[in-house]
Amino acid sequence: MSTRTAARAATRPSETGGLVRGLRGRAAGDALPFLVMAVFAVYMLAPLWWLLIAASKQRSDLNSTNPLWFADFELFGNIADVATHRDGMFLRWTLNSLLYAGVGALGATVFAGMAGYVLAKFRFRGRELLFNVVLGGVLVPATALALPLFLLFSNVGQTNSFWAVFLPSLVSPFGVYLSRVYAASGVPDELLEAARIDGSGELRTFFRVAAPIMAPALVTVYLFQFVHIWNNFFLPLIMLRSESLFPVTLGLYVWNSQATQQAAELRTFVIVGALLSVVPLIIAFLCLQRFWRSGLGTGGVK
Amino acid sequence: MMAQATVAARRSPRGAAGRGRLGAAVLLLLPFFVLFAAFYLAPVAYAVYQSFLKVEREGTFGAPREVFGGFDQYARVFQDDAFLASFGRVLLFGIVQVPVMLGLALLFALLLDSGRLRFKRFFRLVFFVPYAVPGVIAAIIWGFLYSPSLSPFGWLTERIEFMSGSVILWSLANVTTWMFTGYNMLILYAALKAVPPELYEAARMDGAGAVRVAWSVKIPLVRPALVLTGVFSIIGTLQLFTEPQVFRSLTSAITSTYTPNLVVFGTSNIPNFHLAAAFSVVLALTTFALSFGFLKISQRGVQA
Repeated sequence: MSTRTAARAATRPSETGGLVRGLRGRAAGDALPFLVMAVFAVYMLAPLWWLLIAASKQRSDLNSTNPLWFADFELFGNIADVATHRDGMFLRWTLNSLLYAGVGALGATVFAGMAGYVLAKFRFRGRELLFNVVLGGVLVPATALALPLFLLFSNVGQTNSFWAVFLPSLVSPFGVYLSRVYAASGVPDELLEAARIDGSGELRTFFRVAAPIMAPALVTVYLFQFVHIWNNFFLPLIMLRSESLFPVTLGLYVWNSQATQQAAELRTFVIVGALLSVVPLIIAFLCLQRFWRSGLGTGGVK
Repeated sequence: MMAQATVAARRSPRGAAGRGRLGAAVLLLLPFFVLFAAFYLAPVAYAVYQSFLKVEREGTFGAPREVFGGFDQYARVFQDDAFLASFGRVLLFGIVQVPVMLGLALLFALLLDSGRLRFKRFFRLVFFVPYAVPGVIAAIIWGFLYSPSLSPFGWLTERIEFMSGSVILWSLANVTTWMFTGYNMLILYAALKAVPPELYEAARMDGAGAVRVAWSVKIPLVRPALVLTGVFSIIGTLQLFTEPQVFRSLTSAITSTYTPNLVVFGTSNIPNFHLAAAFSVVLALTTFALSFGFLKISQRGVQA
């Protein structure tokens, strides 16, 4: 016993010493990653923080007060000014964007889901060929299509119209790809067979049985297509002439160009409008983040 | 599973049920493929067709008419110094910006994955937020931040003219890096999470430190994801348009031929659609060639 305690006493100092050293090393090892991430978090957030501050100031304070801290808080007054400028043009643009992106992404998701499901679950000649053509479409950059789309729409005299921007956004080759991959691995054939034996028609089987299972993939397709349409700039720029058809990005671009050239009061509108147009997307992405987190969770908890 | 369904489908290929299935399949496929043909395939074909036309006039004042011009437009494309220079510019941009952005994204993803980072969820969210900002808005915000009169970073804007001819390319690169680093980080992080921990537990047991594990085990394992982000970054770089177009109203350093897509846009505004179509086709083919080339090179690296 005495030898044991002696041995223990002999090892204890070095053990605790090791522990302390280990803790200190671990603290240093933890501090560096945190520091790196913190510095870049400032880089990521500073522009948006500046935008929030600038949007909350009255015009006269913009140049004269600390750009990174609040002066007189005028955010809501500024928002009211933007909303009423030129008979509510900004609200019109926001509504347009919500239509282009909200409805367009919905259509694109439904069509992509249907096509992806058939390409995964039905066997027919030419299936792989169809799928490969769609895959090629994934690699075609959207900007490469803008000019030829303009030429096609101008042939039917429809360039400056809602449809010229809306219809092309109903197509999501990436959505078909994702839906097919997900349906192939996630929707069991037995389930579809069972539904058929129960007398369910093929369309009903898709909408009632397969689509709910494919929901995670469909939500992803919807969010990515929503963001893609909301951010789209080249196509509306090349298609649209009437301000009343503009999406919010194109409208703010025009105001921004005018603000630097002639009308300085537009600058506040651009800043406030930029803030307002970013908010819906950040909300949409908070949902996406939660969704991705659950997707990542299945990949194994560490 | 698959075999069962196949057998069931084959059993009654000509029966009423088989016909019903076929009809349903066509009905489900039709909306996407009609729209895909109209707004993807047709524009591509039409652009190629337009690029082989040219405008001819009878005498000086005759009515213009479109005639087949063979490769005339393409000859003009390759003699257009401004267009070739715009390619050089985006290539220089890509050679510097893409590795910096992907390097940072990889570093952040490894730190998120290291298990030693506090406030992991917070950082993951914050780094991803700029991706939610539309390109137009991002360019407008940074345009303000670069301007000496409004910028909160006056000490920096006094020393560096961000909107001047020699710096503007890197000011643009900063906007792109700000927007897309977090997005690429998440793709790489998802790939890291998919790696089974046993694969590097062994290395850790052998006494390899976190840096060593990251370098010799984790990075090789996420190589496919790195290649994917690389391809998408190359495509994005060649298509650069929104940010320089927004900056054009802020500085004269960005000319109307600064990037290939600005050339396309400017040419179609003249309007000279045949030449613009030829520019578009060359740009799209170059994009294909470079992204496939990059894929091939990175695959060869794996086999070696």
